[in-house]
Amino acid sequence: MNYSPDDIRVHVTDALRAALTRPADIEGSTRIVQDLGLDSLAVMNLMMSLEDHYDVSIPLDRVAEIVTVDDLVKAVVQLTQNERA
Amino acid sequence: MSILSKFDHLAQTYDRLGPADSNPLKVTFDRILSSTEGVINGRQTILLGTNNYLGLTFDEGCIEQSVAAVRSFGTGTTGSRVANGSYSGHRDLELAMAQFYGRRHGMVFSTGYQANLSMLSTLAGREDYLILDSDSHASIYDGARLGHAEVIRFRHNDPDDLFKRLRRLKDHPGSKLIVVEGIYSMLGDSAPLAEIAQVKRETGAYLLVDEAHSMGVLGATGRGLSEAAGVEADVDFIVGTFSKSLGSVGGFCVSDIDGFEVLRVACRPYMFTASLPPAVIASTQEALRRMIQEPGMRVRLRDNAERLYHGLSSLGFQVGPQASPIVSVAVNDNETAVRFWNMLLHGGLYVNLALPPATPTNKPLMRASISAAHTPRQIDTAIALFADIGQRLGVIPSREPVALVA
Repeated sequence: MNYSPDDIRVHVTDALRAALTRPADIEGSTRIVQDLGLDSLAVMNLMMSLEDHYDVSIPLDRVAEIVTVDDLVKAVVQLTQNERA
Repeated sequence: MSILSKFDHLAQTYDRLGPADSNPLKVTFDRILSSTEGVINGRQTILLGTNNYLGLTFDEGCIEQSVAAVRSFGTGTTGSRVANGSYSGHRDLELAMAQFYGRRHGMVFSTGYQANLSMLSTLAGREDYLILDSDSHASIYDGARLGHAEVIRFRHNDPDDLFKRLRRLKDHPGSKLIVVEGIYSMLGDSAPLAEIAQVKRETGAYLLVDEAHSMGVLGATGRGLSEAAGVEADVDFIVGTFSKSLGSVGGFCVSDIDGFEVLRVACRPYMFTASLPPAVIASTQEALRRMIQEPGMRVRLRDNAERLYHGLSSLGFQVGPQASPIVSVAVNDNETAVRFWNMLLHGGLYVNLALPPATPTNKPLMRASISAAHTPRQIDTAIALFADIGQRLGVIPSREPVALVA
């Protein structure tokens, strides 16, 4: 499956919005935990739904580096590209 | 700005749990009267949160062996086995553990935490993969962080998700090690091990099972979930602890893998820690003998677990998915949980309080662990106390009919 970075950004933003308990603006620089208030369980469930959707596994050291929405998009883009390589 | 400022948030949470005499994280036992009773704040208390599954901490034989070992070998080994040498007891216990599990090799560690830290950080190296259940104990996550393998989580108790993770790695040459637990420590649920073993066979991965809470508890002879699920041949490594069913402290790993002995000079948490003192080794050996010779303890444990689990669930408490010696009751918020815990303690019952994010469902848990040594009367007292407090705090519906006021 071929995913463009733009498609991934749209899907990741939608998935984040669905996980929110209250409405919030989601920009590339938005911090997932601090700004959106997602707890650790919600973050894990979000990651796992993205992993299912893109058929990738995000290693834990990569998860630890993800702070902003941009970080998350970048991780998914890189992992989906590796899958094709 | 102090070096500890980064913990301000944690400190606030800790302090919010209350002053020392009512803070669940600061509880101190004045005296321990038996494996099921102690004295806290001057009050005689039923101990229902000790993981002392077979109640062997005050076993006469274990105490005698322990005392004899102190007299013969002294209070401590004062160093690591690699640097200072082993005592005969270390090797004897390793052989006894291996024999109990029907394996060729055994290795003993100074704590259960270190057993996981050692095995996970060493077995899987660079280019290898650790595939962990997402509800894994902190020692498993920490062992994974200490090593150099890539670490991937799969959904708790979900063999299909595990399979997907391994399928994605099929073109990667490194070794893959699946890690699951016999009984998960927060909710008392077990891994679907037969299905997980099948995934292991299909994908050519290795399988490690942490039987910390299931040794002496599950299986016809107490070897844990691997025995109960009939898949011992598929389990490459069994890790466990002496600090629960065997009533002391320490950890172990047993295996049939060729070349196992090299781990003694490769596992850093094994090499650079003082070895277990002779008294601990001796009581553990005796407790293992007792556990093997007296399967009746396991029957009593199972009966007690069922009594507590069904007693609490029939009152309307939210409990874990299956009866096991760990029975956890979910409460909606931390404040209620802390009040609940304190009211139980004032009523003479000690359980553990587990708060998010350490809990798998993000709800606080009143976590009880039952022992073969608890009497039906102690368990019924505990259930009655849970019922009374649960109703008063509105955690479960009141048994008294409430009159409707027009």
